[in-house]
Amino acid sequence: MIRIADLSRRAGGKTILESIDLEIHRGEIFTIIGPSGSGKTTLLRLIDLLDMPTTGTIIFDGTDTAASNTVRLSIRRRMAMVFQKPAVLNTTVAGNVAFGLKFRGREKSEIDARVHEALDIVGLLHLADRKAITLSGGEMQRVAIARALVTRPEVLLLDEPTANLDPVNTELIENLIKHIHQRFHTTIVLSTHDMVQGQRLADRIGVIMDGRIVQVGSLHDIFYRPQGKDIARFVGIDTILKGVVESNEEGHARVSVGNAVFEVLTPCRPGTQVSLFIRPEEVTIAPKDGELPKTSVRNQLTGTITKMVPFGPFVRTTIDFGSSLTALVTRRSADELSLAVGMTVIAGVKATAIHVIPDSG
Amino acid sequence: MSEIVSGFLQAINLIVSLNPEVMQIAALSLFVSLAATIIAAVISIPLGGLIHFHEFRGKRILIILIQTLYSVPTVVVGLVLYLFLSRDGPIGIFGLLFTPEGMILGQTLLIIPIMTGLVIAALGGVDRNISDTLISLGATGFQTIVQIVREARLAILSAVVLGFGRAISEVGVAMMIGGNIRGATRVLTTAIALQTGIGDFPLSIALGIILLGIALIVVIILNLITSGLSFESQVALGGPRT
Repeated sequence: MIRIADLSRRAGGKTILESIDLEIHRGEIFTIIGPSGSGKTTLLRLIDLLDMPTTGTIIFDGTDTAASNTVRLSIRRRMAMVFQKPAVLNTTVAGNVAFGLKFRGREKSEIDARVHEALDIVGLLHLADRKAITLSGGEMQRVAIARALVTRPEVLLLDEPTANLDPVNTELIENLIKHIHQRFHTTIVLSTHDMVQGQRLADRIGVIMDGRIVQVGSLHDIFYRPQGKDIARFVGIDTILKGVVESNEEGHARVSVGNAVFEVLTPCRPGTQVSLFIRPEEVTIAPKDGELPKTSVRNQLTGTITKMVPFGPFVRTTIDFGSSLTALVTRRSADELSLAVGMTVIAGVKATAIHVIPDSG
Repeated sequence: MSEIVSGFLQAINLIVSLNPEVMQIAALSLFVSLAATIIAAVISIPLGGLIHFHEFRGKRILIILIQTLYSVPTVVVGLVLYLFLSRDGPIGIFGLLFTPEGMILGQTLLIIPIMTGLVIAALGGVDRNISDTLISLGATGFQTIVQIVREARLAILSAVVLGFGRAISEVGVAMMIGGNIRGATRVLTTAIALQTGIGDFPLSIALGIILLGIALIVVIILNLITSGLSFESQVALGGPRT
């Protein structure tokens, strides 16, 4: 659907995007995740043809978008974008939603019917005659989505659509995005700095950091097999351990990390410096005198709890076993096990739960 | 004190009795300043738009220059225009000196900078996200400009009102280009200056009250137009029809 090759954008003497190669498939939800200031908005603006790239090409459905202004306008009219900060014009909600169709010169009867349908989808039909500037943030974002939806775009671009919203409105918008995708089979490109939102919505994910796409893949690829430490940290992997492969028998390797030894699955040969990535929810904790099922948990490390930080319904617990390992345990478990800082525990990690990449230094 | 009170009472009498001289002066003032305002608006709104919507070298300097001209003394405009309109001046052949048309020209030139500058500021005050949103929604360049001008309509109307205010209240251009000729080019401000000079306070006060009254009426009318415009645009965009 959209093919991006060697795209870069420089502005004000700064490189904002560099060497972006990306393909977005028809009908998918593609999520661009990355920290604030990594270039997500710039990339979406370039895809929506709002800005010109410094180098590179964007091919939309086989057409080079740089061909002419007329081509750019006609391609732009096959897309719609919802901005992080929705801007509403000083007119009614219905008036705001109607703009895209008015610009396309549609008949009034068609505009009325389509605006009605779009407002119904976003659940704002009852506010059709209200001045748009009097709406709340969540309602404005829904108006922006209805305004984008009303033109029945082939591609819907959403730039951090829930960044400024409370959890209730965030869930509402996320459900709306899923509904639009199911009902209209719209190709959706969504940017977010919230990796959990990326997880919830995406078919595929692209990770952008410092203006470069550093990894593209499935949810599993990104969250369980990140291709670098920065990506790992961004997707919530707290434990990154450096080690050396001691032995390897048909992919079953032993990696020494300080005085500890981990059993992992990797093709890396003995002597290779590696990094081990362990997601906190993959780590189990048991009191030292407790027992872990030895058949599935190959790695059991004795250590001392050094830090316990509340994290929503969980407690992020750091265990020192010579190096540090972070586990995410429920508050209930923490209470039942009477976990406390200074307590000696056994942390368990399955060999299959450890992602290993050769260390680039 | 009694002089002021009696002057004020006589002024009311002049207004209520529709004194022909007072009415003629007020009508000419209104005609000259409204004509200048309309001409200046026709020039300033597109000019302000042109400057706002285009990026070019020296744009910032041009805007500073326009802003500087906000406070140009009216007598300086009067002097320059006098030199141009006088018999030996570059456009002396048109015979505009000491005519209402010459005064309209002078007031137009006087208020174009303030109107243009305020139009640029009004358009610049529209959130950049609005422009991005419009382009993203598939607006052509022209549709985007029209919509942004609509968004800025209140601020643009304020620019026009301020321009009218400067035109009707100025003395320098009216005096130097018009010449304050009784029955021909005498307007409210020049008449007040003259009558005060010769001690005819009732007439001065009457003309002053009319000047303020005109300002009030124009502001009220423009406010009504503003609310009418926003209603009209609501209806045009499928909004309330009640």
